[in-house]
Amino acid sequence: MKFSIQVNEGPYQHQSSDTAYQFTKAALEAGHEIFRVFFYHDGVNNGTRLTTPPQDDRNIVNRWSELAAEHELDLVVCVAAAQRRGIVDEGEMQRNGKDAENIAPGFRISGLGQLIEAGIQADRLVVFGD
Amino acid sequence: MLHTVNKSPFEKDSLAACLRMSKDGCAILLIEDAVYAATDGTAVSDQIKEAMKTKSVYALKPDVDARGMSGKVIDGIELIDYAGFVSLVADQNSTQSWL
Repeated sequence: MKFSIQVNEGPYQHQSSDTAYQFTKAALEAGHEIFRVFFYHDGVNNGTRLTTPPQDDRNIVNRWSELAAEHELDLVVCVAAAQRRGIVDEGEMQRNGKDAENIAPGFRISGLGQLIEAGIQADRLVVFGD
Repeated sequence: MLHTVNKSPFEKDSLAACLRMSKDGCAILLIEDAVYAATDGTAVSDQIKEAMKTKSVYALKPDVDARGMSGKVIDGIELIDYAGFVSLVADQNSTQSWL
């Protein structure tokens, strides 16, 4: 079965980013396909590679990147939510005249249409957040 | 239909909204801080027991365990792990997250 996941909460905020990750991992282990993970609202903060959590804590951003690399996941960050919160890729850096980009490996910035498509193409859309 | 609730009923009214709006025969999964609603002897346990007469109520075991609540869960609530959560989503035709 095809699943899409929506994450509305930032890392280390409450628990939703963790739950979304554990659910995604369990779905893959059960043999399901993850069509897309869409990061919306504060959830876009899952996509910065500049986080440095304490060494004995889980690295939420890296964990998403590693899962994406292992399973070729499509991790999409909402562009409008990203612009507000300073999540920037190469294209956004140039377009908005910023001096840096910070998108984590495996993530890409795109529009809300990707969420709509994720809802249409997948058999199930599961939302995690506050 | 599967309904998920992720906040404590003592913090937010999303569980109350879920119980009010969900239909008989549906499944309700309590995750994150909402697992406090799965414990017996609270101000909301009677509402949960009432809902269990017509709806299936589940709680995410890792979240119950993380809060030290495993010995206090209301009889009849099924504890499931993440694989069970995935199966529940697959088995139900759609999922509504009460955020």
